[in-house]
Amino acid sequence: MSQPDTKFGEYGGQYVPEALMPAIEELTDAYERYVLGNEDGFVDEFEARIEDFGGRPTPLQRADQLSARYGVEIYLKREDLLHGGAHKLNNALGQVLLAKYMGKERIIAETGAGQHGTATAMAAAHLDMPCEIYMGRRDINRQRPNVFRMRLNGAEVTPVDVGRGTLKEAISETMRDWASTVETTHYVIGSIVGPAPFPAMVRDFHSVISEEIREQSIEKFGELPGAVVACAGGGSNTMGAFADLLEEDVSLYAVEAGGSSLSVDEEAGVAPHSASLSTGEEGVLHGARTKLLQDSHGQIMESHSVSSGLDYSGVGPELAHLVDEGRVTPAAVDDDAALEAFHRLSQEEGIIPALETAHAFGFLETVAGPDGDGSVELPETVVVNVSGRGDKDLEAVIEETDKRELENAPRMEVFDP
Amino acid sequence: MTVTLADAFDEPAFVPYLAAGDPDFESSLSYVEALAAGGADVIELGLPFSEPIAEGPTIQQAIVRSLESGMTPERYFEFVEALEVDVPLVCMTYYNLIYQFGPEDTDPVRPFVERAAEVGIEGVVVPDLPAEEADRLGGYCDEYGLDLIFIVAPTTAGDRLDRMMERVSGYVYVQARLGVTGARSDLSDQTEETLARLEGHDVPKAVGFGISTGEHAEAVVAAGADGVIVGSALVDIVAEGHETGEETERTAGKLRSLAAELKAGALAGKERRPRPEGT
Repeated sequence: MSQPDTKFGEYGGQYVPEALMPAIEELTDAYERYVLGNEDGFVDEFEARIEDFGGRPTPLQRADQLSARYGVEIYLKREDLLHGGAHKLNNALGQVLLAKYMGKERIIAETGAGQHGTATAMAAAHLDMPCEIYMGRRDINRQRPNVFRMRLNGAEVTPVDVGRGTLKEAISETMRDWASTVETTHYVIGSIVGPAPFPAMVRDFHSVISEEIREQSIEKFGELPGAVVACAGGGSNTMGAFADLLEEDVSLYAVEAGGSSLSVDEEAGVAPHSASLSTGEEGVLHGARTKLLQDSHGQIMESHSVSSGLDYSGVGPELAHLVDEGRVTPAAVDDDAALEAFHRLSQEEGIIPALETAHAFGFLETVAGPDGDGSVELPETVVVNVSGRGDKDLEAVIEETDKRELENAPRMEVFDP
Repeated sequence: MTVTLADAFDEPAFVPYLAAGDPDFESSLSYVEALAAGGADVIELGLPFSEPIAEGPTIQQAIVRSLESGMTPERYFEFVEALEVDVPLVCMTYYNLIYQFGPEDTDPVRPFVERAAEVGIEGVVVPDLPAEEADRLGGYCDEYGLDLIFIVAPTTAGDRLDRMMERVSGYVYVQARLGVTGARSDLSDQTEETLARLEGHDVPKAVGFGISTGEHAEAVVAAGADGVIVGSALVDIVAEGHETGEETERTAGKLRSLAAELKAGALAGKERRPRPEGT
């Protein structure tokens, strides 16, 4: 049985209130026994359910138009086709099932874009567990379809009003709930963040993405891809797409939200972006030491992105470590470029991506498009992880597109009353 | 400062908490001084952090008010220097602020502890730093003569409790119930169970989380606590004064009288304790 990773270089650890420590020890033990050790056939049941309920494996599809545009073979890992419309179910189903094996009676989770919340609500309904989701008020307003989906699956959705009302506040509030209810409740954290063993465990549930990329690449083009590109907020789809390829000769690009600018307003405590890998500094937030957006005193800054799923001031500790080691290359794509890429994928490939995912495609355009800066020379084959579909983002996209002059945006007059 | 933290618990102690700088620097000085005048034996002075995951809504709001009035770690130390109280002070904050303090090229944590010692702080309590991660801070606290206070939760038992008891100094913060900080109208059964687990450990036990009245304080001390920690009930007074535009002096008066009630409750609790035979 392998040992769980608790630290990634200097990053990671368990910086949580004492009341949670016994629960974290209990979870570590359960992770070792069930997830790493397949005790009681946990892994077999998980794999069967993620196939039948989730629809795995997801396809690896050649993107014909993008391949022509960038002059290299572009393949899409279609996590948007996983049940729920995003990669998030891999982890949510894994953790809810684990909670069941642990004898917990209740599930709580935070959500930013609502994708993790909907995945958790679906998994909880599927496995017959009561479920409460904390979501920032601002995110509730910009991701309403997902709020309805969570409720339709029977979950309680609790708005979080403190701060700016985004993912950071929702995580803090879920941790507070957990500190009160820890004996009966499991906290299904939604990314590779938080105290150990969460970052390693969430990575393990998502690593099926890169395992499939490996198999399907060999099947489709006879070798591993030259590069894998994935968007990164907390970093769960990113680590999922990278985990099984870390030891291989594959370039790995983590694309963060560049927001409106990579500068910061220290006075207001606001960073108009969410690029903690590219610009963050080491610190401690939400249970882990990692790269953070913080001011010179160590107060956490509010992040920003047009995409709520990337709008977070921290990032998974393992990803922070891999960037320091030079194994993963971070890049930042701003709001405009992400929207532009959103429209391109929608029109040219017939896939409406999540705004989060659109950042990964914005990266291709930034480096290899007709006006690209050429800063990265793309290898012969590139896999882009399509972490989620964009149905949830339609309102936001229409509103944000309206504010900008985007050459490739379709005419939206039809929506006027 | 002549009184050490451990000495402060010679008789049942009243340990109030306020966030420094709530709602502003000057008023907050008066409020902390009012607590001392009301009989505080130790004061836990919060250094506000933007993500206080162990705090309930009352203290979260105090932290927001303090940050909005311009509180920073350095300003906090100036606040401590400006305080005129003869009571040991404990800094309560989150680890990232301790970690980030000081020039970039120095060893993290040392500058914070050094500066805390310089302004006369006697101890540190860090809610998001469990004993497992506390070696670095503990080392510097030893070097500069500060106590590192650990929180013992209702869920803390067995080996973990023993390891914490080996490290702890000053006093232990006994968390009366699971959850976050906040005034409650009732007391928790979890308090007595936790105190029972701590029996035989020779360190003062101060109980906090939910205590809001003299009666609570009396009951907690009667159950065997060496002191009571009260935060949210006091912060409520500050919040109300701020919202209604009350004069600082009047708010300070209310704080002083609740402090006196809580201290009297703690002392009364000692009288109710079952006396061990032969004493």
